[in-house]
Amino acid sequence: MEYEPIIGLEVHVHLKTKTKAFCGCSTEFGKEPNSQTCPVCLGFPGSLPVLNQVALGYAIKVGLALNCRVQEYTKFDRKNYFYPDLPKNYQISQYDLPVAKDGFLDIDAQDKARRINIRRVHLEEDAGKLIHKQDCSLVDFNRTGIPLLEIVSEPEISSPQEAYEYLVFLKSVVEYLGVSDCDMEKGSLRCDANISLREEGACGLGVKTELKNMNSFRAVREALAFEITRQTELLIQGKTIAQETRLWDEKSGATSSMRSKEEAQDYRYFPEPDLPPFIITQGQIDGIKKSIPELPREKLRRFIRDYGLSEYDARIIVFSKKDADYAENCLEIFPEKNKKPIANWLIGPLVSEANTRHCGIADLNVPAGELVELVKFVQRDEISNLSAKLVLAEMIDTGKKAADIIKAKNLIQISDTASLEKILDEVVRENSKSALDYKQGKTGALMFLVGQVMKKSQGKANPKIIQELLKRRLADA
Amino acid sequence: MEINKLTAYELIKKQNAGEVTSQEIIDSLKKRTEDVDSKVKAYVRFSDKSFSNLQLTTYNLQLPLRSIPVSIKDNICTEGLNTECCSKILQGFKPPYDATVIRKLKEAGASIFGLKTNMDEFAFGSSTENSCFGPTRNPWNLECVAGGSSGGSAAAVAADEAILALGSDTGGSIRQPASFCGVVGLKPTYGRVSRYGLIAFASSLDQIGPFAKDVRDCALLTQVISGYDPNDSASVEAEVPDYTKALTNEIKGVKIGVPQEYFIQGMDAEVKDIIEEAINKLKGLGASAGQISLAHTEYAVPVYYIIATAEASSNLARFDGVQYGYRYRAGSQSLIDMYNKTRGDAFGDEAKRRIILGTFVLSHGYYDAYYLRALKVRTLIKQDFDAVFKDFDCIVTPTSPTPAFKIKEKIADPLKMYLSDIYTISANLAGIPAISLPCGFTKKGLPVGLQILARPFHEEMLFKVAYAYEQNTPWHKMKPEL
Amino acid sequence: MAIDKQTVKYIAHLARIELEPSELEKLSLQLQDILGFIDKLKKIEVKDISPTSHILAISNVLREDKPKESLPIDKAMENAPQRQGNFFVVPKVIE
Repeated sequence: MEYEPIIGLEVHVHLKTKTKAFCGCSTEFGKEPNSQTCPVCLGFPGSLPVLNQVALGYAIKVGLALNCRVQEYTKFDRKNYFYPDLPKNYQISQYDLPVAKDGFLDIDAQDKARRINIRRVHLEEDAGKLIHKQDCSLVDFNRTGIPLLEIVSEPEISSPQEAYEYLVFLKSVVEYLGVSDCDMEKGSLRCDANISLREEGACGLGVKTELKNMNSFRAVREALAFEITRQTELLIQGKTIAQETRLWDEKSGATSSMRSKEEAQDYRYFPEPDLPPFIITQGQIDGIKKSIPELPREKLRRFIRDYGLSEYDARIIVFSKKDADYAENCLEIFPEKNKKPIANWLIGPLVSEANTRHCGIADLNVPAGELVELVKFVQRDEISNLSAKLVLAEMIDTGKKAADIIKAKNLIQISDTASLEKILDEVVRENSKSALDYKQGKTGALMFLVGQVMKKSQGKANPKIIQELLKRRLADA
Repeated sequence: MEINKLTAYELIKKQNAGEVTSQEIIDSLKKRTEDVDSKVKAYVRFSDKSFSNLQLTTYNLQLPLRSIPVSIKDNICTEGLNTECCSKILQGFKPPYDATVIRKLKEAGASIFGLKTNMDEFAFGSSTENSCFGPTRNPWNLECVAGGSSGGSAAAVAADEAILALGSDTGGSIRQPASFCGVVGLKPTYGRVSRYGLIAFASSLDQIGPFAKDVRDCALLTQVISGYDPNDSASVEAEVPDYTKALTNEIKGVKIGVPQEYFIQGMDAEVKDIIEEAINKLKGLGASAGQISLAHTEYAVPVYYIIATAEASSNLARFDGVQYGYRYRAGSQSLIDMYNKTRGDAFGDEAKRRIILGTFVLSHGYYDAYYLRALKVRTLIKQDFDAVFKDFDCIVTPTSPTPAFKIKEKIADPLKMYLSDIYTISANLAGIPAISLPCGFTKKGLPVGLQILARPFHEEMLFKVAYAYEQNTPWHKMKPEL
Repeated sequence: MAIDKQTVKYIAHLARIELEPSELEKLSLQLQDILGFIDKLKKIEVKDISPTSHILAISNVLREDKPKESLPIDKAMENAPQRQGNFFVVPKVIE
């Protein structure tokens, strides 16, 4: 019997506000433990929450970008449970009237367009951080109260790879909106998954397992794949799947049951009496709508259409807004109609430089105009590709202009045939054996001769012209 | 001259005339407290420190409460000073901040007197018997309760151990003790006074309010603590009128509604007579009175005990021994053990009862039947008042169905205790302002309180009617013998 | 509505309150009493009534995203029952 997985994802993103959701404490990351706290976020008796208007605006913005219905009337609720990272032992969250609901995100997964429906987008406060020691746990409340957006997909993702792609697109959308750093390492983006298996073609849902503790999109994909294998085996053996929460362990590459939370939760949600409701007008929605930029999938399509990029190439630069903006700038400035040369530079040498430096292409700080200048040198055959790559590296390291580096290093190619013929004479004379080989049909010998010319010219000879000249000469003789 | 027996208004006049100094006021209160508080037990801690900005007030005669000591209920946060809600679980808690009302008092030149006034644990109660420090006694009869939950504040003012005091009122916790102790107490409109720094019992019902010896002082203190506070999302951005302008001793044409549902079984016969006499007095002063109906009155107590305990169960979840207050320490323990034992050990009986009731009405499978239903009936109760206020300026009722009862009389029967709030609870559910002022004494010499209710943000109407009544009756001048 | 001892025990656990057996006994009876009284609400027809969770007709109370000074660490931790460095300490949380 074949089983198919049904996957739902719950993504939490920290909103990039200056202050916390309900108090004026800073949200800055990495500060001394408990230094960014006040009576409100510490849940001290008598303190009261007041909502950050930017956090609400950001939540609406994400809702709109995910094609949701933004609720005309939204409110907060208390989610009650005891945990030491939750100072009030309730979390201010949203229950039945979230900021936005019923949306979707279009993605491309394994070359197929897919629409993943979004159930809801709601605003809540983050909890603190626990550090587990041998005999006790330590609590740091700096993170407590940072505005958190929960984005819940419908359970309709059909494979680990599709889940991965959903996350890539979702993260990109949120980043494009400028509302979050989406940095998984800093915990500003987190993802939990739920998965159930059912017989292929069946309608109902199987028993749902929740997966936590995945620290990267890759980990989400692996944990889901692991679960599918594990659950399939159980089902084939005729065993039942337990409804439970399982933790992904990166090291062992396996999930394991999280025992302490087995008891059924009863969160006793009720309307937060300390926060009057929020009424969102069409005017507000329209205003926020206007601030939404072109989103990654539209940009991807446009890059493919307008700049002739392949889907593969376009994806490399589009998911980061900064990189996409930079690339677009370069593509626009590049004066030729055929954008292929500059595009190749962006996804070739630039991406490879960025990868070795662990950053994005925009972070290399090469002004778009300068990159275009460099590519133009190559286009005019004034410098070799090889030299150009070295020039690029130096531009990144020193911030100097392409023309200055080329001039200082005397990298302009020798293209006039008179001077080249002289070098050619010498090379053919010194390597008569290779010349003979070529004439007898060993075509590989030609490249050797070209190399020798390059060497003699200290790399400045134009290899294309040399090749032409050599071919002609060796054919004549 | 017994300085401690004067009102704030009189003390301010005497300070201006140079007849009394701020130090003399404090000394006189301290002496009185030393003399009588062992009997009354209005205060739970005492300190020699006077926390006023006296230096400032000496030079600024413009401040409305210059050098006036104000006593504070133990659930209002004072920076660096114990604020324990008379609960073991908040043992030693020193808030890192001042409540907004405390800041306003300081800015008005007032000082904080005593540390602080007794109350039912977390304001859970109607008699101040549920205090971890033991009950406060009624200055008019030491065998009787002072009422609650703000019994300490009411008794302190009644016994002249305080000039003014602050309490909190969630279902009658200011008005009922004011009535039992023969002083004036006001629950402002929900949203009129900031709750920031009031340790929450039921967030949608709580209001801080004043206790005073007479209506003028009550208006004076209300004036100072009222107003918008950006730290309380439920605080309303409405101008605070000059309440002293309402003190005209003129109520001709004021339309008073008398709810028929309030004069029913369970009401003490003497109280009934006294209230009817008071209504006649008001008519005699030119007001008109007509019978009205608040049809859902009988549901107010059950609605209240669902909403208030539900909110309380959540508000009190934070007391868990992690960041402040008491932590149970015996033996090696797991986290859940620490929670269960800390809370099981340190909460009193009534607190446990209410937390568990509140947890129950919110729990899975019961929410709709209890909590949601209660919120709907709350709507009906509010609508009753809206309808009445279309035709009437205010509503007059008894504050409590009985005068002060004996200590221990009701403590074993929680339901009986809950029913003693029957006349006061509706104002909290509807969010409207209500005042209690003395309107007579029983044959045994216990005070009876008259409650007046008005439209939201119409505290002036309360002051206007209460002042006229007070100026034409002797009750507010009566003092208990101690 | 009847509330039995088992339910009270479960609710007490949800509320993280340990009850002595005698307390449990007494509380169950008292709660039964109180719920019996509260049950009178069932008499009212509430089908078309909207619930009131906020008594004031106010909405959209928002704050500017402007940082305020946080508490000094020592003040934030002054009341801590157990402290280690700048951390609050709790019994080990087992996940």
